[in-house]
Amino acid sequence: MFQVRKPRPREGRSLTQGHTAGRQQRLNSHTGPSDSRAYGFDLISDPELGFEAQQVQKPRAGRAFGSAAQPWNVAAVWVQEAEAQKWAFLDSSVEAWVGHMETGEPAGKEEPDSPNPPLISAGVAEKSRERLIRNTCEAVVLGALHPRTSITVVLQVVSDAGSLLACCLNAACMALVDAGVPMRALFCGVTCALDSDGTLMLDPTAKQEKEARAVLTFALDSVERKLLMSTTKGLYSDTELQQCLAAAQTASTHVFRFYRESLQRRYSKS
Amino acid sequence: MAEAAGVPAESLAGCRARAARTVLDQVVLPGEELLLPDQEDGDGPGGAGERPLRLNAAARSRGRVVCGPGLRRCGDRLLVTNGSGGGVYWVDSQQKRYVPVKGDHVIGIVTAKSGDIFKVDVGGSEPASLSYLAFEGATKRNRPNVQVGDLIYGQFVVANKDMEPEMVCIDSCGRANGMGVIGQDGLLFKVTLGLIRKLLAPDCEILQEVGKLYPLEIVFGMNGRIWVKAKTIQQTLILANILEACEHMTADQRKQIFSRLAES
Repeated sequence: MFQVRKPRPREGRSLTQGHTAGRQQRLNSHTGPSDSRAYGFDLISDPELGFEAQQVQKPRAGRAFGSAAQPWNVAAVWVQEAEAQKWAFLDSSVEAWVGHMETGEPAGKEEPDSPNPPLISAGVAEKSRERLIRNTCEAVVLGALHPRTSITVVLQVVSDAGSLLACCLNAACMALVDAGVPMRALFCGVTCALDSDGTLMLDPTAKQEKEARAVLTFALDSVERKLLMSTTKGLYSDTELQQCLAAAQTASTHVFRFYRESLQRRYSKS
Repeated sequence: MAEAAGVPAESLAGCRARAARTVLDQVVLPGEELLLPDQEDGDGPGGAGERPLRLNAAARSRGRVVCGPGLRRCGDRLLVTNGSGGGVYWVDSQQKRYVPVKGDHVIGIVTAKSGDIFKVDVGGSEPASLSYLAFEGATKRNRPNVQVGDLIYGQFVVANKDMEPEMVCIDSCGRANGMGVIGQDGLLFKVTLGLIRKLLAPDCEILQEVGKLYPLEIVFGMNGRIWVKAKTIQQTLILANILEACEHMTADQRKQIFSRLAES
């Protein structure tokens, strides 16, 4: 589980250009939901970055289940277990698994011996979120190396306390890297909220999102911080959009640094 | 295995391409660009990118670079596609999912018999096909005794992303060379691909130590499957547990466990 406090602004560089001080709230650190103890995490804390992070190290075996994301070019269907990555922002946490599918059975068939019920995404909001994540992954994964194969990313929301889509994007990226799916770059998700007096907040909580006048989520790639996907809700001006994008690009540096550190830690252990 | 190494923070503009040689034994992430060895003497960081790759005799005399798994050629640079390091550069990554590669020796499970071919599950996204004539001494009259559910040790002759993988149980001279149906009993279990590569490396002491413990038969498949057989079931299970645990143990812990087992 990975809990994020907003990154502190660097000296001489304001994340919200032209706005007055007091704009960014420092959130209190959370210890996370109590069920997180059952997963057995490592606590990694880096006070300089302003992040506290925990990461699941061991893959989980024996899980096979239906998918919440649509398979892409399905000519082949076969569910296989993969590695689980857990990612949390504040109190939002999402687990992601990647599996491959192969021919024979209709997509979405549940495994008879699976302990979990099949994952059904009921509403339009979930479907829309799935499509956003899927489009981001499609832009980055080298699908040409695996023709006639569908790659399934399953995201299980453990808890939702705001910035859920960004959390899902990060979890999906880590799961894809962990599963060894060839990609042309990494990606990360960052959420910005603008409230009624123009204050910009990164990684808003659910309450802040509700009270904000606009919530913008961006998916940025790791090579040149280019925009892969953006979804916005609410009222904002053109300048504000650019400011949010710039802030998100700065914040993404921290996320990518965290990716690198946790991967290094993971590979050095084995 | 890649070791943890201090990495400078990336600038907002993104990571500049680094020479491939400098990142040996370091963790690399997808999207990083590496310079080929003969581009290293470019003038400054910007120079290498602008110089086009020239495949004339002069460039070639400096040696060819072969891109192994995890790297792709993208213009005149190497692009890392998988996370996690002569002329051959590859990225070593921890993976459980096997992708068939020509020439790899794998353990497969026969899942179906249809006409003249067997369908063998090798852990990839498609079952491989194995012709009944691809065994030593097999003819149309003299068919091999292979049933559904048998374990087969063979190598791939056709394995690319566009076609169904095909495997055979003979080498190019027509001899079995250890391949074929794997005998009765024993235990088949799955490990990560990285562990198999580690165990099959020429200087690996784990196998020698295991061999000193009990007499055993062992088959390694590059698809992450190991088949092991010892005199009793208990010994077989002990060996299977040791091999699975080897991945996460340091050399000292391993020696302790072996010495403890040798005593009992």
